[in-house]
Amino acid sequence: MRRFNKYFTILVFIFLYIPMVVLAVASFNKGMDIAVFKGFTLSRYKELFQDDTLLMLLRNSLIIAVLSSLIATVLGTAAALGIFRMRGRLRSAVMTVTNIPMTNPEIVTGVSMALLFAFLGMMLRINSILGFWTLLIAHITFNLPYIILNVMPKLAQMDPDLTEAALDLGCTPTQAFFKVTLHEIMPGIVSGALMAFTMSLDDFVISYFVTGSGFVTLPVEIYSYTKKPIQPKVYAMFTLMFLVILILMVTMNLLQARDRSKRRKVAAVRRRGI
Amino acid sequence: MKSKWLSGPYILWMVLFTIVPLGVVLYYALTDSITGEFTLANLANFVDYWPIFLRSIWLSIFATLICLLIGYPVAYYIAHCKPTTQRLLQMLIMLPMCMSFLLRTLAWVALLDDTGIINNFIRTLGLSPLPLIRNNGAVILGMVYNYLPYMILPLYTVIMKIDPRLIEAAQDLGCNSRRVFTRVTLPLSVPGIVSGITMVFVPAVSTFYISQKLGSPGTILIGDVIESQFKAAYNPNLGAALSLVLMVLIFVCVGIMNRFTSEDAEESMVTL
Amino acid sequence: MSQELIRLTDLVMEFDGERILDSINLYIKDKEFLTLLGPSGCGKTTTLRVIGGFLTPTSGDVLFDGKRINDVPAYKRRINTVFQRYALFPHLDVYDNIAFGLRIAKHSEQEIDDRVTEMLEIVSLKGFENRKITSLSGGQQQRVAIARALVNRPKVLLLDEPLGALDLRLRKDMQNELKRIQQAMGITFIYVTHDQEEALTMSDTIVVMDKGRIQQIGTPEDIYNEPKNAFVADFIGESNILDGIMLDDCRVKFFGRQFKCVDKGFDKNEPVDVVIRPEDIDIVSADEGHLCGTVTSVTFKGVHYDTIVDFKGFKWLIQTTDYCPVGSYIGIRLNPEDIHIMHKSEYSGMFGDYSSYSAEYDEIADAEGGEDEE
Repeated sequence: MRRFNKYFTILVFIFLYIPMVVLAVASFNKGMDIAVFKGFTLSRYKELFQDDTLLMLLRNSLIIAVLSSLIATVLGTAAALGIFRMRGRLRSAVMTVTNIPMTNPEIVTGVSMALLFAFLGMMLRINSILGFWTLLIAHITFNLPYIILNVMPKLAQMDPDLTEAALDLGCTPTQAFFKVTLHEIMPGIVSGALMAFTMSLDDFVISYFVTGSGFVTLPVEIYSYTKKPIQPKVYAMFTLMFLVILILMVTMNLLQARDRSKRRKVAAVRRRGI
Repeated sequence: MKSKWLSGPYILWMVLFTIVPLGVVLYYALTDSITGEFTLANLANFVDYWPIFLRSIWLSIFATLICLLIGYPVAYYIAHCKPTTQRLLQMLIMLPMCMSFLLRTLAWVALLDDTGIINNFIRTLGLSPLPLIRNNGAVILGMVYNYLPYMILPLYTVIMKIDPRLIEAAQDLGCNSRRVFTRVTLPLSVPGIVSGITMVFVPAVSTFYISQKLGSPGTILIGDVIESQFKAAYNPNLGAALSLVLMVLIFVCVGIMNRFTSEDAEESMVTL
Repeated sequence: MSQELIRLTDLVMEFDGERILDSINLYIKDKEFLTLLGPSGCGKTTTLRVIGGFLTPTSGDVLFDGKRINDVPAYKRRINTVFQRYALFPHLDVYDNIAFGLRIAKHSEQEIDDRVTEMLEIVSLKGFENRKITSLSGGQQQRVAIARALVNRPKVLLLDEPLGALDLRLRKDMQNELKRIQQAMGITFIYVTHDQEEALTMSDTIVVMDKGRIQQIGTPEDIYNEPKNAFVADFIGESNILDGIMLDDCRVKFFGRQFKCVDKGFDKNEPVDVVIRPEDIDIVSADEGHLCGTVTSVTFKGVHYDTIVDFKGFKWLIQTTDYCPVGSYIGIRLNPEDIHIMHKSEYSGMFGDYSSYSAEYDEIADAEGGEDEE
């Protein structure tokens, strides 16, 4: 049975990765047709780095992802601290609202925000309200639940006496937060922020509805590419991004593994400086 | 405590950008696109789209069940590996979720097309090409491919947390390995199953790209219809009405699903 | 040892309409070792948290050196706490944990180093400076927690059941250690525990609490020898508690007989509770006894026998080194100083009867953490 599971799992991983292999191979293809390999070339990568539009789109995506995940992290961490102190109905009401963007289909979230901005544009008599700000607002909104749902469990795991101990030793509540609580919930904040960042970087559906002509992100532009014959340099970009994300994930994995073993082992000499 | 106010900005934000937009959807759904007057016509229109709704639901249910059947053995296998292997495999499951799903779907087109990689290969064997694309099967394949990780991860999280002593206890009480599975492991993984089903079904039923690329004009889904109301036909009021129906439909489905499980199943997915 | 340091006046604490503390009046002297003793839920930890500044009382005042400090937040009080589960900062090592408060107070690194080193010596943890908290045993973590609090030279140290998580042997060592540290540092300790033996061993003053009220304040000897009501008599040590009538000063009647005692100041013919400690009772032959009864159960306890004797349907516990077999008919003698008289209270009739000895008494003995057994 276990052997069957093993081979089955290998098959499933092949299934998951075959399309990405196809894209990676296509990025080295001399020919234009993705289905026919006409010989090896690196020129697609050269084309990619000469294509200012694609690089600008990538930059836009990164700007939105960094800004939205940072703002969501600050806002969400503060919110988690507040929600954690709440009791009863208030708390469950807030958690229900937090879960709306998680359970609602992306298309509905996208449509609802598009309509909100259209409505606001009508009210404020702005013709093209869609753009950088609407995109940023939408991304912050769908990033927030990831932060909260990652930070809340860390707060629950934390020994509540730790905060009191810090107050007892002379910290103001603010100092106590930065010197003690923050250290305790940091793993939650980091994993929430990373999740938010990747979700934001890769988001297509919601961005698609709230984006304007002035500011477009990469996934949205890729969508319009896929409607016509696609340029192979896009495959090159895909392959590079695959590598970047792979490296990021491996690093994260190693960090987590080290964190886990560090907790068990006696740490090496470390003195001075909190 | 004053710290309650820390969540003030967040609550304000969520009201402004989550609850108010849903109100705006309701407003658009109930008004006429030209005159702006109150009407139920948009909602009534949904009868015309009922067959498309039904098709979306059927295809998604199929895709969800296939994901469950494929995902469970994989999740089970990963959960019983060494911790380091577990982390590696978990990462490999998550990696595709971070990559552009548009391009990955496009890669399937390249694989399945009449002049695609698979059919080219079949031709070199001297056989006649197969109709692999532009049918319901291809749409289901696209859904399964895209959302399978969302099934595996919650299943893995739940199965991993099952106390091995429970398995030993069941063996001690005379269960063979098949019975251990049906009497202990499977019942205990129900929260993961429920959350996996939700996480696959919801995006699958509302998708609008997969069917455009892998399906035929005859297999469009409700997501495609909504999208076209905003991006092509420009009738946001009808689009809003259809979104509303879709949302209610999904909330009903999720509500029924959650009856079977505790609240924390959903959270098992989003925390690393 | 005489100057008053902390005073609680008419302290009331309510959560959701439930009264946790009910008009607590208490003063604590400088350099005193004071113990708040009581069963769980009696309000002792709440009292401690009010003094520490983690809770604001619903009404009443907390005075420190004569000044009202109700609204002074915890971090501005010259009071430090040793928490029940230590609450050491897991992201800091031993040295940085102890230095934490000094760094907040912005002392120079030189002074911090001197004081931390001195403190490590006091709690016998020299050489542990750079150890991770998680690599320490329970007892070592305990010492770090004490050092972290004491290094700030507080006027008062609050300890919330600090020995609860340690095993018996370690607990006994730490009791002596704590007492030694308190005397060496010359500061006030306010100690919370539910363990009566711990309280008797360490304290200068014991405050017995139950149901949010103070039942008795006194030295360990006072509390043990002169319990104020049936609750205190039962909670501290073992007691036979009987209904009696105070006939006159130094004359009490129970079991239909008059006894001489040493208590005065009761009303004539006042109904009272009579306490007789099991170890004070002398067993004699039936014809010499003030009272006679039948032995119904004997349990060997090492130093003595727990002997249950039935006197006309009321069962007494007698702790004696003389072995009397079950079924034997014996007499007992009571000296006037062995009889202690208490006013009737809400606790009268609830404690001090050993009728259900085999079940109840054993259970209590077990629940007390098995101090007798190890």
